[in-house]
Amino acid sequence: MTELTLVQAVNRALRHALQNDPNVILLGEDIGVNGGVFRATEGLQKDFGAERVIDTPLSETGIVGAAIGMALYGLRPIPEIQFQDFIFPAFDQIVSELAKFRYRSGGQYPCPLVLRAPYGGGIKGGLYHSQSNEAYFAHTPGLKVVIPSSPADAKGLLLSSIADEDPVLFFEPKRIYRSVTGEVPDGDHRVPLGTAATVREGTDVSVFCYGAMVPLCTAAAERLANDGTSVEVVDLRTLVPLDEPALLASVEKTGRAVIVHEAPRFCGYGAELAAILAEKALYSLQAPVCRVTGYDTPFPYALENLYLPGVERIAEAIRSTARAG
Amino acid sequence: MPGLVLADRAPAETTSAPIPEPAPAELVRAYRTMVFARAMDERCLTLQRQGRIGFYVPLQGQEAAQVGSASALRPEDWIFPAYRELAVALVRGIPIQLLIDQFFGSGGDELKGRQMPNHYGYRRFNFVTASSPVGTQISQAVGTALAARYRREPILTIAYFGDGTTSSNDFHAGLNLAGVFQTPTIFFCQNNQWAISLPRERQTHSTTLAVKAEAYGLPGVVVDGTDFRAVYAAVAAARQRALGGGGPTLIEAQVYRLGPHSTSDDPKRYRTDEELNAWKARDPLARFKLELMDAKLLNEDQDHALWEAARQEIARAVAQTEATPPVPPLSFFDDVYAVVPPALQEERRSLEQLLAAGTVRP
Repeated sequence: MTELTLVQAVNRALRHALQNDPNVILLGEDIGVNGGVFRATEGLQKDFGAERVIDTPLSETGIVGAAIGMALYGLRPIPEIQFQDFIFPAFDQIVSELAKFRYRSGGQYPCPLVLRAPYGGGIKGGLYHSQSNEAYFAHTPGLKVVIPSSPADAKGLLLSSIADEDPVLFFEPKRIYRSVTGEVPDGDHRVPLGTAATVREGTDVSVFCYGAMVPLCTAAAERLANDGTSVEVVDLRTLVPLDEPALLASVEKTGRAVIVHEAPRFCGYGAELAAILAEKALYSLQAPVCRVTGYDTPFPYALENLYLPGVERIAEAIRSTARAG
Repeated sequence: MPGLVLADRAPAETTSAPIPEPAPAELVRAYRTMVFARAMDERCLTLQRQGRIGFYVPLQGQEAAQVGSASALRPEDWIFPAYRELAVALVRGIPIQLLIDQFFGSGGDELKGRQMPNHYGYRRFNFVTASSPVGTQISQAVGTALAARYRREPILTIAYFGDGTTSSNDFHAGLNLAGVFQTPTIFFCQNNQWAISLPRERQTHSTTLAVKAEAYGLPGVVVDGTDFRAVYAAVAAARQRALGGGGPTLIEAQVYRLGPHSTSDDPKRYRTDEELNAWKARDPLARFKLELMDAKLLNEDQDHALWEAARQEIARAVAQTEATPPVPPLSFFDDVYAVVPPALQEERRSLEQLLAAGTVRP
């Protein structure tokens, strides 16, 4: 075990993969000599060489297209998109190509790669360094979508993603890259994809969240515990495939659900969770499902604290959901 | 033709060793493949009009460019086609039966009926499965070349695309990456003068498409795409240079799409008979036939026999496909992921029940 920040845990996972699998190649903008703008790849080019940690031209579609070509050939490329906000030039490669290669070839061409991208607000990044775009990709069959919230999960989920036979979009909550530290197992630590984690047990209300919202939801739960409300916090960890049994089991226990994400509400990932609860857990529910999300506006620079769900807003939603019905 | 600039058959600046002329037997084999492609094209257009296949993308006019380029490759080279590369597939040795099965989306289709006709690919032939978005295969071909170089495997990758694709994101991204990393890649542009209804002159203000290579620091070559020998020489030279560490090449093969963009298109809406007839006079098949006859490598009887053999083989393949059971109805849930995830298993079960109850039919 080693005490690490989340971004250090990402770095350790990449280092472990480079050491143990010669098929692993990293490519992206500023990831080599510079070690990445968030230092996620610090030291890796120095230790593994410029042929395995490749500084690319500024071209997201080129980065992802080239990574697909590598994966088709049998490598395990790990492309980095510097900010998730800049993923859209590569949208065609991700949605039309990466997600569909296995399918469209009748299974002849698997395309296993892990696309890493830091996402989310709370760092004064404004419109184009703050977005939380997971829903576009969760909507696309053929992709897996993973979002860690702790250093140990960051390493364990990343190593599982690299070993996975399907393409994985691995979105890292940059807001808590350094603010969260934790014990991380050394060596080949794996957290299986498709398993949620109950980070706090409770009996009155279930809160479903992921990424940078997890510590905020936990803080809100602690605050409400003082008022006598027992809140269960479930970190989904993998958006696709979703751990649906964990979602349903928690609501069957508490009868109340609050869904928290920082992306806009309309057609956000929480809408899918709410729909699943309506279809499969309606008779367990004692209160309307409540969503706490970013607002349906572009991401505002100066007023991001109002835009983003915070402990107060989350706690208030849990409180009213606990009282409802 | 107005604006047609033809390079020498073997561009001297890209050739480090002389490219040998194909042997007479290779020339005859290439002609046979061109005949086969044309015969298959004609048959498939009819099949589409008869409603037996849903769609078709013809290649007529581009046979010499395709057979010439593919003949200069080795089987281990990876081909990234667009959706018009039938003659490339034939040179690569992909069996007719597989292609016809794909056009019909029948139970014999190795792609399991997932894609429209012409969007095929077969891993064992190093012929990557095509998609409809244009240009995406270009940066992928560069990535595969990087991967092969990383593994010290001396192969070439070649991306096929048309004149319209030179305006796409991935044309720029791919050529730029290839230039920076000096990958062993050929970018083979079949400039067939029309991107559906948009003429070449409206696609770009560049004098040629090949000249775009200069900005990426790679050689750009214009070649008469109706001339088998010229195309073969240009691709063989570019391949030799690439595998010698000389980096990528953009080749613009100037051809003409004699037919429609696809069976959903009517070219009479946007181009003239005069233009079409001028290019028909340069039909690559007719040209190659005359060359072979002049060289005493072919006579009319032999030519007739080639066409007959092709038509019969195609007819046999069509008959076999039509006798094949359809794609199993629940198979479309497979291959989304390596393992069908629980939520998708649930969707499959629900459709299975609807099928069993007769509520819906395949």
